[in-house]
Amino acid sequence: MENIQQQFVQLFGTELGSMLFSLTTNLALIFAIVIPLLLGVAYLTFAERKVIAYMQIRVGPNRVTFFGIPWLRGWGQPIADAVKALMKEIVIPTGANKFLFILAPILTIMPALAAWAVIPFSPELVLADINAGLLYILAMTSMGIYGIIIAGWASNSKYAFLGAMRSAAQVVSYELAMGFALVCVLMMSQSLNLGDIVNGQQGDSFLNWYLIPLFPMFLVYLISGIAETNRAPFDVAEGESEIVAGFHVDYSGMAFTVFFLAEYSNMILVAALTSIMFLGGWLPPLDIVPFTLIPGFIWLLLKIAFVLFFFLWFRATFPRYRYDQIMRLGWKVFIPITLVWIVLLGLIMQLPESVRNLPLLNIWF
Amino acid sequence: MNFQDVIFYSFSVILITSALGVITVRNPVYSALLLVLAFITCAGLWLLLEAEFLAITLVLVYVGAVMVLFLFVVMMLDINLDRLREGFWKWFPFGALVALIMVGEMSMVLMGKYFGSEEMPTPTPHDVDYSNTRELGRLIYTEYVYAFELAAVLLLVAMVAAIALTLRHREDKKSPNPSKQVQVKKEERLRIVAIPSEKKE
Repeated sequence: MENIQQQFVQLFGTELGSMLFSLTTNLALIFAIVIPLLLGVAYLTFAERKVIAYMQIRVGPNRVTFFGIPWLRGWGQPIADAVKALMKEIVIPTGANKFLFILAPILTIMPALAAWAVIPFSPELVLADINAGLLYILAMTSMGIYGIIIAGWASNSKYAFLGAMRSAAQVVSYELAMGFALVCVLMMSQSLNLGDIVNGQQGDSFLNWYLIPLFPMFLVYLISGIAETNRAPFDVAEGESEIVAGFHVDYSGMAFTVFFLAEYSNMILVAALTSIMFLGGWLPPLDIVPFTLIPGFIWLLLKIAFVLFFFLWFRATFPRYRYDQIMRLGWKVFIPITLVWIVLLGLIMQLPESVRNLPLLNIWF
Repeated sequence: MNFQDVIFYSFSVILITSALGVITVRNPVYSALLLVLAFITCAGLWLLLEAEFLAITLVLVYVGAVMVLFLFVVMMLDINLDRLREGFWKWFPFGALVALIMVGEMSMVLMGKYFGSEEMPTPTPHDVDYSNTRELGRLIYTEYVYAFELAAVLLLVAMVAAIALTLRHREDKKSPNPSKQVQVKKEERLRIVAIPSEKKE
């Protein structure tokens, strides 16, 4: 690393050289996060099709393979799908606003990828270790809605517009519940830094994870996360049976795929955040030998996969919510629960030292 | 010119152009989107001042929530530009007067003794573990607690007033009660009747 930096300084001079060096290293790190993420997205679609297929007593994709290897049958499917999408034409409907029509998918994928900058994969492995990491994540995920609204409006189609309107209202309402659930996490950890939040859950076993003291918040966060990413059973923004496919009904080819990529990388993001904030991030479930030998990075991946399985499971088993019931769940159920829990948590944290150490109460400290 | 200056000037140019665009562009959707761009570049400028909490909150609140609802409304309305422009010259003198007063006020503040590069030097960089959020929270809840509470109450009053103004109670309207619907049991809706078969076999 030092040698490369010196070479940069020799080539471009002191100031420009160090600037270019930090630029290249950061770009390399960004690629190191984004490329595995996009591969993860590709294989998440495969996992989704397989999981749902087995839940419905089918087999799922079982044809496309690599180099004719029989036991890899089906594993080539996401790659084949990607190639197919690349080859397709991007149709721009007449009457559509051409500039915004092209801009919308870009605006959707950009925050979905940018939010990954602050995710800590292990104690050392984080691209940007910023103090306000949690706030940054909230800000980035709240920006993703623009792509959807603009796509719905620019398509100049009633179905797309209805989908965009539904999606905007839904995302704005669930963001509040999500934010309040995260306030509880930051009250427990006393920090907005995601690395510090994981460190706050350190202990002998999984009983120290915030999952236990903040269990209702875990549920609220997980369900709001599903609603935020417009996944089933909250996928009224797409609602195939009512409004065809919602906001992306007029998109085709790569532009459509970009929406898909954004949705799935948002899913992985919500799963990663749930693992970091409630399931102890890179920490092993028990702090004893066989578990501590596995690197923290692997634990985080396992937890993300575990949460993602819930997403797929819900999609396979729940019928779609009715729109007014979605709104009711967000505003009249989740927000009061989270507000009461914040006040309760504040009261518990102010208890005197002697009361805090009682057996059942000490899980909050 | 170092790297920070480059960022500052490019962000400022984008901010001023997009702010001008907000009031000059004909399409209202474009102008709402340009306002979003203005907010984001403004947040970038605040980040340069090490006010990361304020910058991210600006994006979170204004870009993430307020402007979404703005866009929501702007897209649904069919705005007729010709009708909007009808009274332009009639109201122009009044608008110009308001603009002049605002420029005067702003110059009085900015050229006064509290502003200027001597009174407001570039902030010295803080330590790595300095938390802007914690400092801000400490100030709001200790020194400025009354002002903060007052602002909060004002916002609450405004919200209650807005809801009270738009709330209409109607007797002739029928609406479903979702919590009742969700709690419905099978026995309440379904009656299983045993019908004897007509012919015994």
